[in-house]
Amino acid sequence: MAEKWNITLKIYRQKQGEKAHYQEIKMDVNPDENVIDLVERAWAFHDRTLTFAHACHHSTCGACGMRVNDREKLTCITSVRSVVSNGGTLKVEPLRNFPVVSDLVVDMGELYRRMDLVGHQPVNSDRAEAIQPEFRPAGPAEPGEDFIRLSDCIECGLCMSACPVFSSTPDYLGPAVLAGAHQAGPEKNPSLLNLVDSATGVWRCHSVFECTAVCPSNVDPGWRIMELRRKVVGDRIKTLFNPRKTAQVSK
Amino acid sequence: MSKPHAIIIGAGFTGTATAHDLALRGFDVTVVERGPIANGTSGRTHGLLHSGGRYAVKDQESAIECIDENLILRKIVPFVIEPNGGLFIALNESDLAYGEEFIESCEACHIPLERLTPQQALKLEPNLNPKLLVAFTIPDGTFDPLRLAMSFAATAKKNGAKFRLYHEVKSLLMDGKGTVTGIRLIDRTSNEEFDLHGDIVVNATGAWAGEITAMAGADVPIKPTPGIMVAFERRATQRAINRLCEPADGDIVLPQRRMMVVGTTSFTAENVDYIPIVEDQLKLMVERAADLLPGLRSVKLRGIYMAPRPLIGSGTGRSIARTFKCFDHKETHNIDGFVTITGGKATTLRAMAEKTSDTVCAKLGINVVCQTKETPLISYRQFYTLN
Repeated sequence: MAEKWNITLKIYRQKQGEKAHYQEIKMDVNPDENVIDLVERAWAFHDRTLTFAHACHHSTCGACGMRVNDREKLTCITSVRSVVSNGGTLKVEPLRNFPVVSDLVVDMGELYRRMDLVGHQPVNSDRAEAIQPEFRPAGPAEPGEDFIRLSDCIECGLCMSACPVFSSTPDYLGPAVLAGAHQAGPEKNPSLLNLVDSATGVWRCHSVFECTAVCPSNVDPGWRIMELRRKVVGDRIKTLFNPRKTAQVSK
Repeated sequence: MSKPHAIIIGAGFTGTATAHDLALRGFDVTVVERGPIANGTSGRTHGLLHSGGRYAVKDQESAIECIDENLILRKIVPFVIEPNGGLFIALNESDLAYGEEFIESCEACHIPLERLTPQQALKLEPNLNPKLLVAFTIPDGTFDPLRLAMSFAATAKKNGAKFRLYHEVKSLLMDGKGTVTGIRLIDRTSNEEFDLHGDIVVNATGAWAGEITAMAGADVPIKPTPGIMVAFERRATQRAINRLCEPADGDIVLPQRRMMVVGTTSFTAENVDYIPIVEDQLKLMVERAADLLPGLRSVKLRGIYMAPRPLIGSGTGRSIARTFKCFDHKETHNIDGFVTITGGKATTLRAMAEKTSDTVCAKLGINVVCQTKETPLISYRQFYTLN
């Protein structure tokens, strides 16, 4: 038999034009369940007015990011056990730094717009994404071809919510977007270098690495921002002798 | 003359694809969805872009739909697909026996396949069970469920469709003569209620279709049939791996980003709004996945989830065909202005939308052909960036 805990689910509630408040629901839970299961149950059996975002329930879509006990989590892969003890309170709130649409739902349009701006590719050659040494890698695709992989970044917005700089500077491109620029390959695109080599780009980052700490999908935005800085500096040295093109990235 | 207004209930695969099709055919389209895009069965699919091989032996109609649509989706929405192919592998004598029928059936359904020796298969995918007896390559793939639906939605939006997410249908509006004329909605972001009128209401709510038809006093033969899926925290193959046997529990393991996902089971559920995880099924999935890829036995689990398939018919579980059906309720219950599309699977979403849109056009006496086979979709991101 599965273990049974009793916890209090404390949910951030806010409808349009109303003040925010918290709703508490006592629940019997299995500590190995994930937080999204509790939220879905709260809607299914306790309060049908609750709104929340979710889709795949296995960390491939990035829709269900929330703040769970003050920490950004992808709730479909966050076990109850990892965030609360038996008898405790599990608080769920919407991500920060995005406008709240309703309850736990935020509008992430700005993130998607910026990912497009920097040309992040949703699919990529598997050689461009990281490899996993735990398993023997598959043989080659057709000669001269690579396998195609869905990108590691699932655009969940956790890093944008956790970033202290983005929180005080909305113009800062933000960790997901700079990581997206790194993946898109600035060496292939000089206008991308101009975009990130700016006060709202890589130089605004304070190297807090909150982004890397909360990333559920191995993107490591903090490392990618540092790599981008290296590329920018390398390019600056080169352009001392051969000026960089000044074209802006178009929308 | 003003454009006809189609109201589509549900923003899963069929709803978003039908919105795209009808918008291309010149309709004013409004999609209403009680949650975000693809929050029901669509979001929670396995993610297998079926080659049709899984259905070729017992359900050729579905198999042919799959291979045709597989090739179309690769062309119109390549940026949400890992197009790396698949393998069917035999692990015992009974699998081998099934293999003979499998070859003939795939050929009959024009699904291209190639026979591999165990050595060849292991060279392609070194983490396969080394005891495999034979393997066949087939053109499977993996898709990103949410971004697939969002790509259809974004393209529909570009062509004028409106999306009202977090809006729930409270009732169907009907005139005195038994015709559906619109819907009463509640905006769940503000709890305000209002009416929306349309020339046709399309019920694209999949496993929930019966709840909507009941509002008009009609029923549909939908059998919500949930299954479990389990995601492992490591990617072990580039291709989808299928057991060479009749459709069975845990017969497919496929890669997705850095994961492997195994599925699925087949049982019936009363309440489709919340389907609890059954521990025995979870254990069974891990075992079945490890039959195909033994290395998975020691890999940490990442996600466990349930989704109800909307199966049509009166059989049980796997004996029910996986094809889809569009019901014109004028014919079934003498209710005009109202159609239901349900059944099918993710891979056939475009074809389901075409059939539904054909039905809608025929009902309204509009003669415009479907253009979705040749129309590339725009980036899913534009769903958020278009006004």
